[in-house]
Amino acid sequence: MSVIAIKPYVGEEKDRLENFHGAQILFVGWEDHLIFCAPFCFALPPDTKFGDVVGGVLPGAFSYHPDWAKIDWAKAEWFKSGQPWKPVFERTLAENGLHHKDVLRFRTPGLTGIAGTCS
Amino acid sequence: MDMPAQKKKLGLRERYAYMTRHLGWETTYQPMDKVFPYAEYEGIKIHDWDKWEDPFRLTMDAYWKYQAEKERKLYAIIDAYNQNNGHLNVTDAKYINSIKLFLNGISPLEYMAHRGFAHIGRQFPGEAARVACLMQSLDEIRHAQTQIHSLSNFNKHYNGFHDFTKMIQRVWYMSVPRSFFDDAVSAGPFEFIVSIGFSFEYVLTNLLFVPFVSGAAYNGDMGTMTFGFSAQSDEARHMTLGLEAIKFMLEQDPANVPIVQRWIDKWTWRGYRLLTLVGMMMDYMLPKRVMSWKEAWEIYFEENGGALFKDLARYGIRPPKYLEQIEFDKDHISHQAWATFYQYSALSNFHTWMPTDDEMDWLSSKYPNSFDKYYRPRFEFWRKEAEQGNRFFNKTIPMLCQTCQIPMVFTEPGDPTKTCYRESDYKGSKYHFCSDGCKDIFDHEPEKYIQAWLPAHQIYQGNCFGEGADPTSKDFNPMASVLDYWGVQNGHDNGDFEGSDDQKNFNAWRGMATNNS
Repeated sequence: MSVIAIKPYVGEEKDRLENFHGAQILFVGWEDHLIFCAPFCFALPPDTKFGDVVGGVLPGAFSYHPDWAKIDWAKAEWFKSGQPWKPVFERTLAENGLHHKDVLRFRTPGLTGIAGTCS
Repeated sequence: MDMPAQKKKLGLRERYAYMTRHLGWETTYQPMDKVFPYAEYEGIKIHDWDKWEDPFRLTMDAYWKYQAEKERKLYAIIDAYNQNNGHLNVTDAKYINSIKLFLNGISPLEYMAHRGFAHIGRQFPGEAARVACLMQSLDEIRHAQTQIHSLSNFNKHYNGFHDFTKMIQRVWYMSVPRSFFDDAVSAGPFEFIVSIGFSFEYVLTNLLFVPFVSGAAYNGDMGTMTFGFSAQSDEARHMTLGLEAIKFMLEQDPANVPIVQRWIDKWTWRGYRLLTLVGMMMDYMLPKRVMSWKEAWEIYFEENGGALFKDLARYGIRPPKYLEQIEFDKDHISHQAWATFYQYSALSNFHTWMPTDDEMDWLSSKYPNSFDKYYRPRFEFWRKEAEQGNRFFNKTIPMLCQTCQIPMVFTEPGDPTKTCYRESDYKGSKYHFCSDGCKDIFDHEPEKYIQAWLPAHQIYQGNCFGEGADPTSKDFNPMASVLDYWGVQNGHDNGDFEGSDDQKNFNAWRGMATNNS
């Protein structure tokens, strides 16, 4: 049983893709940088190029951190739902196989936050 | 015919029995299962409602007497406090932010608890249980109203108190306490009494009304202290009632044990998550500290709760799941929560600040395993940035947990450097959680939690803009419009404490009260 209820019912999924006016939700977290208390939530059209996310969207969220400017994107490690994953920067979110509410994390080897404390 | 002589006075137990037992009857126009439609679907089997015991045997006559007396004292103190400009005697205007959280986030829950107990007071088939729930329902609406009365005086002088009925429904982090209650009141009557009567009262209000309210007293807030201690004398009764409800279910049928166990697991976790806010209030928002969050947790949950679970072991109930993680995390969650509200201060209805050196040293001494290693470097960095005119205001929407609705700020069990991510797939969609505890709750009833109204996603869906907003217009400012929708006065209710209206006014008024310039 997927719900304990007085009679059978189907819940309304509040966050269906079609409710986001053509965008899909993408979550992105930066490993070892907990100055950002939680991963971020973005609403982006699926035809956004991955490189535009990294170059145009993420800086608005993450560039406050002094480590941001030191990132070598060629060395960054990516994870999708916790599993190693490789994005193609020239391709869109959809072409990279990213679906609504997927969660990405990136790790930037050598960069471990304020005074090396993962902050 | 000789009449047998009656005893002059009935014993308390007999008196209580006459007042509460067998007042109902078998209905005739509709069968009993239609009159009490919520009594069975949760799977709880009750064979004899007469076995229900109200440990306080409370009836209306005693209720009025005690409560009227308490209320008279409460209002006398509140009046004196207000007439004496008592708000200027608090340790610092920073303190007032903690009671903004109280009024906005907790008082509306008291009202919802009133509704919930009124509802189950209608739905339980046993009269004595119904009477006990009615009494608690009265307590809860009294608490809501005495809190609103007590705190209204602060609304005359400080920002952020003006629109709490709107804010509980709209401000992003208010979805945390609100969804806790929405979850409880949309469950059946037996789960409700475990969620509120047991978890909320035992895990949460105990810590809120004793150590936090002591903090109010230590910080010179006689108003909050008085309503807090007045409420606490009722809370003690509520906890006992919640516990009695659990024992009653466990004694009635062995098949009830696994159901009650699951509710204890679920609601301990939900209460614990909600309590993060209180932890932050105690460790960061009281200028004069009383005890740390961790110390309070050890006394009120680990010791008292530990004794309780020992007591329940004879029914086959084990302690709630994830206690090991909870024990580890007591060194972390209050700091993680304050870091969150500090950075999202532009998107909030109260002020935040970085601790002073003196406060950081207090935190180091109370949290020797965690503060200096993980949090002090972060806080000192922020403080330095702020001094250089670069106060950190995070304005990007965070990812939320589908169950507790708190941003995903919690860390992996045992590793405070790694954000904890969990997820589930249900009917082709992905759902994300801050912990195994929250994932378990979702996985058991996914059809319920897919309906969560997550503020982050609602903003992106365009459902949280101010009245008359036109998101297509060229100069549309989404953040300003969202603040407008929340009822937050940008530049007054939000942002850093340093430079706030509250800080300036408090200092000016206190200056007038204490010198002649």
